[in-house]
Amino acid sequence: MATKKSGIKKKPYGKAILFGLIASVLYVVLLTHQDLINTNFTRGGLYALLPIATAFIFSFFHGSFTGAFWTVLGIEAKKKKEVK
Amino acid sequence: MHDIVGAAANFINLDTTKILYLFFVGFVGGLVSGFIGSGGAFVLTPGMMSLGVPGLVAVASNMCHKFPKALVGALKRAKYGQVDVKLGLVMGVSAEAGVLYGAQIQENIKRAWGDAGSNLYVSVSFVVVLGIVGTYVLLDAFKTHKSGNADAEEKVTKVARWVQSIKIPGTMVYFKSLNARVSILFTLPLGFATGMLAATIAVGGFVGVPSLIYVLGAPSLMASATELVIAFVMGMGGSFKYALHGLVDIRLAMIILAGSLFGIQLGAIGTTYVKPVMIKIVMGSIMVIVLFSRALMVPVYSAQLKLINPLSEGLVKTLKTTSFGIMIFALLFGAGIILVSLWKGLRSERKTTTKEALEHGKVL
Repeated sequence: MATKKSGIKKKPYGKAILFGLIASVLYVVLLTHQDLINTNFTRGGLYALLPIATAFIFSFFHGSFTGAFWTVLGIEAKKKKEVK
Repeated sequence: MHDIVGAAANFINLDTTKILYLFFVGFVGGLVSGFIGSGGAFVLTPGMMSLGVPGLVAVASNMCHKFPKALVGALKRAKYGQVDVKLGLVMGVSAEAGVLYGAQIQENIKRAWGDAGSNLYVSVSFVVVLGIVGTYVLLDAFKTHKSGNADAEEKVTKVARWVQSIKIPGTMVYFKSLNARVSILFTLPLGFATGMLAATIAVGGFVGVPSLIYVLGAPSLMASATELVIAFVMGMGGSFKYALHGLVDIRLAMIILAGSLFGIQLGAIGTTYVKPVMIKIVMGSIMVIVLFSRALMVPVYSAQLKLINPLSEGLVKTLKTTSFGIMIFALLFGAGIILVSLWKGLRSERKTTTKEALEHGKVL
């Protein structure tokens, strides 16, 4: 019996949409509250943690979105042995 | 560093054109970073300044987009087995020290000779470092390309073999990318130099990646991927330092990040389709092109410092525009090679997959 190889991977549409939506919300909030954000993020001292934390949050959600985005488009890494 | 309390008051207004411009430059910079481990910053900082962003805010905001970008790139390339986290962290810590020292030198020069002195120092550093390292990398790449051994495993240089042969008790650490134990007394100055260069010309990788390849003996793909870890460590420390002084414009940083995260994923994917020599070709080409761009600015700053006769206003303007144009060309040239390599790789992989599927079908 020919067993069906699972050569066709499911594309991560759900992941792309979910992370894409979250990333969009983050950018909308950033651009619609510019004054509030600028004032608080540039106070120095402990407030310096705000831009750092923001960078991590954006990189997680937007990074996950962009990764899924290219996969959905079919642009993926070559399937070969790993570099040792 | 200047303490700008209330720096937010100097932040620029963002309109759609500026947002799209930053997004696009971020994308191209990210693409190159994902592939060679660094790059893009040399265009991003002057690019932001051309929009009216003050110099220090441009440097700070660029750094604040760099470390999350490097993190995403490093995670992606770690999936392909290309990252040596230990080596990246060891080099990253000494690079951080190099950044602080480099920034101090910059400040001293600025205090003694003003902005023109500082700019001249940056441009001369670009020309000297890129002239030596860039030419070496490019020559090495062409030698490999011409020899027809591009597919063969990369040879460890004589210097790297010597470095790996020195045993200094109590300082030896095993690094998987080198598949050897190396004394951290060698990695420390290399990391320090990477940091110093990052503080001076914003692209530490132009020293970091070649030193990992030629001095320590890492394969090109692993060197460029490990550089992303170094960039992450350096960038996070640097961003925090600038944020303490309120200099980070998070809007600029995140908009550039929006574009660069698309780019860095693509650049990282691109590395899986190319021969290792392509990393050297792209990096060496960008370095040599940027070198010409900065060389054009040397007479401008020399004239401002009265080291040479004054230049006419028209000539200064032409030199500045040409210099910026060449920098953009360098980045687009690198991005072009990466995209073409990626496209060719994807096409040939699809052909192979289709062929295999058809043959498989016949057998059944």
